[in-house]
Amino acid sequence: MKTTIEQRGLAPARSVLDNGVRVIAKHAGATPAVTIHASFEAGTIFDPPTEPGLSHFVSRTIDRGTATYTAEQIADRLENRGISLAITVNRQALSLVCTCLVEDLDSTLATVADVVTHPAFPDPEVETRRGEIITMIRQDEDNPAAMASEGLLSLLYGDVHPYGRRPRGSVESVERITPSSLQAFHAARFRPGSLSLVMVGDVETGRAIDSATRVFSAWTAPPPAAPELPAAPPARERRVRVIPMMNKAQADIAYGFVTIVRADPAFYAYWLMNNILGEYAIGGRLGDSIRERQGMAYYVYSAMDASIVPGPLLIRAGVNPANVERALASIDEEVARMANDGPADQELAESRQYLIGSLPRRLETNVGIANFLQMVAFFDLGMDFDLRVPDLLGRVTREDVHAAARAVLDPAKAAVVIAGPYREPSNLRTLEPPNV
Amino acid sequence: MYPEGATYNANVDVYEEVLDNGLRVLVQEVRTAPLASVWCWYRVGSKDEGPGLTGVSHWVEHMNFKGTTNIPRDKVKGIIEQFGGYWNGYTWVDQTTYTETATRDALDRMLFIESERMANCLYDPADCESERTVIISELQGGENDPDQLLDQELTATALRAHPYRHPTIGWLSDLQTMTRDDLYGYYRRHYVPNNATLVIVGDVDRKDTMRQVAERFGGIVPGDVAKVPHTREPEQLGERRVIVAREGTTAYLKIGYHAPSVNDPDFFPLLVLDAVLTGAKGLNLWASFRTPPPQRSARLYRALVDGGFASAVNGGLVPTEQPFLYTISVTATEGSSLVSVEEATLAQLDAVRRHGITEHELDKAKNQLRARLVFEGDSISNIAHQLGYFETVATWRLVPSLRERIDAVTLQQVGDAAATCFKTTNRTIGWFDPQAPADEGAAPEGEGASSGPVSFHRQ
Repeated sequence: MKTTIEQRGLAPARSVLDNGVRVIAKHAGATPAVTIHASFEAGTIFDPPTEPGLSHFVSRTIDRGTATYTAEQIADRLENRGISLAITVNRQALSLVCTCLVEDLDSTLATVADVVTHPAFPDPEVETRRGEIITMIRQDEDNPAAMASEGLLSLLYGDVHPYGRRPRGSVESVERITPSSLQAFHAARFRPGSLSLVMVGDVETGRAIDSATRVFSAWTAPPPAAPELPAAPPARERRVRVIPMMNKAQADIAYGFVTIVRADPAFYAYWLMNNILGEYAIGGRLGDSIRERQGMAYYVYSAMDASIVPGPLLIRAGVNPANVERALASIDEEVARMANDGPADQELAESRQYLIGSLPRRLETNVGIANFLQMVAFFDLGMDFDLRVPDLLGRVTREDVHAAARAVLDPAKAAVVIAGPYREPSNLRTLEPPNV
Repeated sequence: MYPEGATYNANVDVYEEVLDNGLRVLVQEVRTAPLASVWCWYRVGSKDEGPGLTGVSHWVEHMNFKGTTNIPRDKVKGIIEQFGGYWNGYTWVDQTTYTETATRDALDRMLFIESERMANCLYDPADCESERTVIISELQGGENDPDQLLDQELTATALRAHPYRHPTIGWLSDLQTMTRDDLYGYYRRHYVPNNATLVIVGDVDRKDTMRQVAERFGGIVPGDVAKVPHTREPEQLGERRVIVAREGTTAYLKIGYHAPSVNDPDFFPLLVLDAVLTGAKGLNLWASFRTPPPQRSARLYRALVDGGFASAVNGGLVPTEQPFLYTISVTATEGSSLVSVEEATLAQLDAVRRHGITEHELDKAKNQLRARLVFEGDSISNIAHQLGYFETVATWRLVPSLRERIDAVTLQQVGDAAATCFKTTNRTIGWFDPQAPADEGAAPEGEGASSGPVSFHRQ
């Protein structure tokens, strides 16, 4: 006997309010709880070039007082009911996520709506959070993993492209941000037209959409401006940056390329290519070589983030400083091998089966479903996307995956950052990567 | 609070059977998704390790992913991924556990993997050597984090005699010297059915499942699992301090108090107290780190973070078989001195020690903990984790009674818990005091690691 979800897929209900707010609701009755996921197109790419870190600063302050309630009152309203509101920001989106008991849905939605429509950014709150943010930036500066990843994006995209800037800004830029810049960012990016609201849980979809309509329909503002993003600089040669952090025990390697946009028809071939290279089982081919065969790293993997701009394919590994060159040579070798030979038929079949077969697991919890539906909404993939995944992946041929690998994987054009107790040896820049 | 007949926590429907060889099996049918989750738990963890062998439980866990008599080494990769599945394992002070979650048609595959893991792992010498460096890399990655480094120093200072004192990943020198035979001997001693609990939760049929379990596990012979006694931690007679002064950018404060085990009735009042001080985390180690606690209105958050002293504060009270530590961790904001952060923290703890908490705080903490119990039962792997975890450190029957135990906590009990726990003589204070970079020189030799659980691969 098949369950409803296997027959019909997620089949969420979708509604667009008159003011442009997009609402998606999905009934899931495993627990008497509802996950609310409100996502605004207000991520770090919208930071003005003069104020890097602004979107992140908004994410740390937007729920610290509104026209009606103080920060303390907001915290009490949520936490008396066991709710923690998590606010996260990535390149594209600023998201507010929380899970509440079903009986608290209306009051929680009202609080979320108040926070996103009428934040006050009170001076004392802004000052306190500024201190926290500066501490976070200083922690990042002492964290080889953060330094390697941020350093790589800066090498790949340059300092002008918003992908190349540090998402939290610098101590110096955060010191300059004022309550009025927070207000201005809010006014520009928090509009009904930039909100995608997803609700998943033990509530009928019609009732969830009615609840959202009640709290958001009175909010009016013109649609937000579309982002203007420069192209990433073309990769012409291998670029290597070493960030010595001699107080650390282990070196972090970040190695990558710029790939494609999510809307590119080749996306599914890239998805499979990345899975074979650095995800499948414990880190794909990279894990086989660097962890399993050579015992050099506890973690080694690759991740791809295709979005509205050509996203990075990022390879990461943490290794003993004595093994940096050997690990880099192994990454070069696997990257070149994938570009030269493409995947084996069996690898492609296995990764395809895995990506399709893991969907029910991805869609097991309210939070998992909400994340998936936000992704579907953001890239406009259609409410039946979960049902179409098997076909979309099924059509990809071995040659498609090989073509994707050939198009981006070239050790001679890779960007490489090493952060940790490591100093650049004289020959690192000239180490010959294998030919593609 | 819940509708009549709601199945928010259906643990009362757990089926329990002990096979002739001593394997305890727990099955729960949960049909919310076409999935099944299997967890196999062993009553062995880092507290069971003797001198020279610290880290052996965790290394053994790693070796148990490297092929068996009937799963050749080159067939390991993909064995569960073919079913869209996820697998992992983790080791901590009391337990070593392995898990697979995949589509329900993979149930027999999952049981096969776990039965092989119990009886037939290979321990190829070359694999042992290659894993030695993987684990040392795992240790050194942890050492990059000053907060973890401080945690390990604090734990080793607060506990003098009880084996909870050494980090689960082990001390570096032991990882460098342990042999293949040490690993294999430890595996054979502890991986026997009468030292294990097998948990299966999901879209499965209980009877079919038990039949499959009997087929896969029934023939495994039990072993002698006589346990070495663990030294009881003597009462602490005076405050202890540890200062880690190393290069860094940020100061951290950590305070550890001896705390009751989950088998002690005093555990639950302390759990409520922690919710009042730093927000409720719930009781699921596997789920809780994924969702931040509601802590904006918690006492220490308001005093330290809203007060500008700290950028983060956290409380840690985890259910363990024997008495361990309640720790409070504080990240100082740039410019706040450790002296002032410590003073502000201790002032709060002293106030609660003297005056207890309010009725409103008690109600809020209980609401939060009850909600966490609902939220952390949101997946079959979380439900299965809780059954196996509690069976390993206490009894799985605690799981369906958690809500009742939280409800029963009184104002007086929380006051008493604060008065007992927060005595000066019960605490160890740790500082990570960041030093400006030296001009030149190599990295100092360290043996850092986290004292938290360590898993086979990153989540």
